[in-house]
Amino acid sequence: MSSAQLEIQLIASLVAIACAIPGTFLVLRKMALITDAISHAILPGIVLGFFITEDLSSPLLILLAALSGVLTVILVEFIQKTKLVKEDTAIGLVFPVLFSIGVILIAQHANDVHLDVDAVLVGELAFAPFDRLLLYQTDMGPKALWIIGSILLITLGLLITFFKELKISTFDAGLAAALGLSPVVMHYGLMTIASITTVGAFDAVGAILVIAFMIAPAATAYLLTNDLKKMLFLAAILGVIAAISGYWLAHELDASIAGAITTVLGLIFLAVYLFAPQKGYFSVRYRQRQQRIEVSLLTFLLHLGNHTDNTSERHLQHLYEHINWQKVRAKSVVNLALKNNMIQIDQDIISLTEKGHSFTKEAIDYIVTNKNAEIENMKDRFFLFRG
Amino acid sequence: MSRKIAVQIDDLTVAYNYKPVLWDIDLSIPEGVLMAIVGPNGAGKSTLIKSILDIIKPIAGSVKIYGKPYKKQRALVAYVPQKGSVDWDFPTTAFDVVMMGTYGSLGWIKRPGQKEKKAALEALEKVGMLSFRNRQISQLSGGQQQRVFLARALVQNAAIYFMDEPFQGVDATTEKAIINILKALRKAGKTVIVVHHDLQTVPEYFDWVTFLNVKKIATGPVKDIFNDDNLTKTYGINYKVALNQHPSP
Amino acid sequence: MRLYEYIELVFTDYTLRTITLGTAVLGAICGMLGSFAVLRKQSLLGDAISHAALPGIAIAFLITETKNSNAFLLGALISGLIGSFWIRGIITKTKLKSDTALGLILSLFFGFGMLLLTYIQKMPNANQAGLENYLFGQAATLLASDVWMMAIITGICFCVLLLFWKELKLSVFDADYAKTLGFNTQFLDILITAFIVIAIVLGLQTVGVVLMSAMLLAPAAAARQWTNSLAIMITLAAIFGATSGVVGTAISATHEHLSTGPVIVLIAAVFVGISFIASPSRGLLFREIRFRKNRNDLQLHKTLSFMYNIAKDHEDITHPHAIKILNNFQGFTKRSLQKLEDKNYVSIQGTMWSLTPEGYQTAANLYNQLSHINDE
Repeated sequence: MSSAQLEIQLIASLVAIACAIPGTFLVLRKMALITDAISHAILPGIVLGFFITEDLSSPLLILLAALSGVLTVILVEFIQKTKLVKEDTAIGLVFPVLFSIGVILIAQHANDVHLDVDAVLVGELAFAPFDRLLLYQTDMGPKALWIIGSILLITLGLLITFFKELKISTFDAGLAAALGLSPVVMHYGLMTIASITTVGAFDAVGAILVIAFMIAPAATAYLLTNDLKKMLFLAAILGVIAAISGYWLAHELDASIAGAITTVLGLIFLAVYLFAPQKGYFSVRYRQRQQRIEVSLLTFLLHLGNHTDNTSERHLQHLYEHINWQKVRAKSVVNLALKNNMIQIDQDIISLTEKGHSFTKEAIDYIVTNKNAEIENMKDRFFLFRG
Repeated sequence: MSRKIAVQIDDLTVAYNYKPVLWDIDLSIPEGVLMAIVGPNGAGKSTLIKSILDIIKPIAGSVKIYGKPYKKQRALVAYVPQKGSVDWDFPTTAFDVVMMGTYGSLGWIKRPGQKEKKAALEALEKVGMLSFRNRQISQLSGGQQQRVFLARALVQNAAIYFMDEPFQGVDATTEKAIINILKALRKAGKTVIVVHHDLQTVPEYFDWVTFLNVKKIATGPVKDIFNDDNLTKTYGINYKVALNQHPSP
Repeated sequence: MRLYEYIELVFTDYTLRTITLGTAVLGAICGMLGSFAVLRKQSLLGDAISHAALPGIAIAFLITETKNSNAFLLGALISGLIGSFWIRGIITKTKLKSDTALGLILSLFFGFGMLLLTYIQKMPNANQAGLENYLFGQAATLLASDVWMMAIITGICFCVLLLFWKELKLSVFDADYAKTLGFNTQFLDILITAFIVIAIVLGLQTVGVVLMSAMLLAPAAAARQWTNSLAIMITLAAIFGATSGVVGTAISATHEHLSTGPVIVLIAAVFVGISFIASPSRGLLFREIRFRKNRNDLQLHKTLSFMYNIAKDHEDITHPHAIKILNNFQGFTKRSLQKLEDKNYVSIQGTMWSLTPEGYQTAANLYNQLSHINDE
């Protein structure tokens, strides 16, 4: 591995971590799409900044572009407040317009600006190691590494300092306000960080990878854990894994590094989406099927309990007709009840056993008082076999 | 009871995301009653109506409208959804919304004609909204919006009316106007079923009541069953708090 | 170039005519379907689908190995549909919300598409040039056959809208109610989503992946401000869209270094801006004017009712009073007194004022109205 290769992977990993932190909060605050808007809308800011500084990695340019990102957020919120259009329409209107202005500005000055719109969208990580920071003629490493490194340090510092405040304002804005923590300050603080990170990363990795780094690892982590700290760690780790393996994928295919990293992020998300132990597609499907039968079982037991005096309502045939179930389901429900000793069948008349009675009684209490978690515990206590 | 049964519900169980909301409901609603469905928040009142109307698929149980499944009896049923369930900024007028009531009898593709327009205007007049017919619906007050919804159901000219909280967020005048229309419907032999929040007005407005809290607690004439016993069973010991709670206007 | 010279050119120059027609048709279909996207609160679905279409285009090229725009359309359509179904799957099957689902699909599909595009560019096949046009659109590559395709699909879409007009309107406004009337809302939902995806895919070649969502939203958002009728809104949106297309093409054709897509989007944005500000019923300008007027009227009414309260205690309602007793009252200014006199509600003699019978009557009505409103 050459030092350029190492540097590329290092830059990509730092971008991944720097994006994972604001990304986690954006996903939790249901504002993931604002990253899409910001990453497109900073284009005119970058172009104007470039006219002034003539250096794509100048801190002033980053500041100007980040400012245009925050302006985007303010503009979107202003349009939302007029109530002339629905909320999401405001986002969808603002960023293509700003992006168009950026594209036109670049095209108009194509001769003086060495800026390629493709590069803004997709970036070119492979070139990042060639733009080096020279200090008193000493090579200090790639500029991108320094930019991302400092943004990451600032983000980390803010995260550690304001972790409690961020947490409260994300999960309960009302409480945060009551405690004297201004949700507005938190909101715009987060937006500023997201803008700065986007701008700082765009030159190296491009807008699309920034969006992917912000949303995909956080969303994937959210499917695996509910704990905010764990979610932050997981998102950062997943981002780094994708960054490194994406680099080697691109190396193999001789294709865009940003594209390859995004593809790996997509594959990781797909795998988690399908196979996550609690919230994955298959386990949700399995649990839903299980719960479907168990709810049917509860219904069935309750029905029996309601009609202890009426044998015709408890006739096996009744299940097939009156309750309106398909035969297969009715049979599996009856079998499950039998296996768990909840019912006994005497000449096609079903009646509740002692255990069935107490189970039903408890279940009703919990459902009426809305204690759903208790029902799961209760199922564990009563069921020998699950549905 | 010798009265005809308008709605017959047997062993109805409904779950949202496999969390039970309604449990093993058996309910017969006789023809020609003006019935309130009452119960605490989350008791499944709206769900009950929606599953009668086949909007929500139940896990188990059956619903019959005059002895047949809902699918075959659509023409006999009208529905007033909760006011908050639609986007009132939708570009349409009060008249247009009421016209939607005629779409069911028209079926697919056919366009409403003069007959339908006349019916819609009549319904608007009944609810006292004729002069507002060309208003955009967002420019109506909460009470007026509710009247437009009621008019849309009246156009359907049904035998059974289901209403989800028609008194929520309406002014006193509209509340009186609506209840008068409902009483007139009952007088004309129609069955009216209303999800209701304000317990204090139950004896004044309704002649039939169903207490619901996930399970059916009781159902019958207001004068027989609207008592402390059933209220306690439905709302818990503190039901008097619920009784004194005015819905916010 | 003069305007009429340009118009002449549109009619004589084959390429320009094709492009102008193409962008006009595209603007119209986007306006029509965008209206539904906006009203169904699916504004950003368009953005996600247009990005999700990119890998489809790349895969279509990998399979056919030629630049065939029909194959590209099909590929884009399939991957756009996969994207939109996966979005739905994520929202219904996991706890991730719609914004995250949209952002995920948008970035992941697009990144995968970019991977494929860069992979294709390295292939020893000279035919791949032009694939990157789908990123920002290249109206100049429109062929007559592409425009025919667009026109036919727009025609079909228009017929379907007419045919199912009442059902679509009802199901967008109140889906539950539509269900109780016996309409299959799921069918209508799929119908309209499919058409939105088709419109997006059609537009990719012209305005590109990134700007497609604005093409869909802007005409509809502008049209919504001018009318309260769905039919007029859709018609207006189609007109705004088509006009943006024609004007945008004209501007970019007559200037150097101006690509068509961004110019069309900016023209559409101008429509939105004008509509937001100047629409008589909803616009911000008239809203502000009405607000000021109401405030002034309120001040006037306050003063008038204050005078009424003083005057009604006297037998003779036109009995004169000193102006200075009004001085401590807040809504009172010299100007408001002047206005009241102009309206002939009060008469002023020196430092004294008195209500006219007309002013007294107006005040009494106001008073009753106010107490009536408080009753409700």
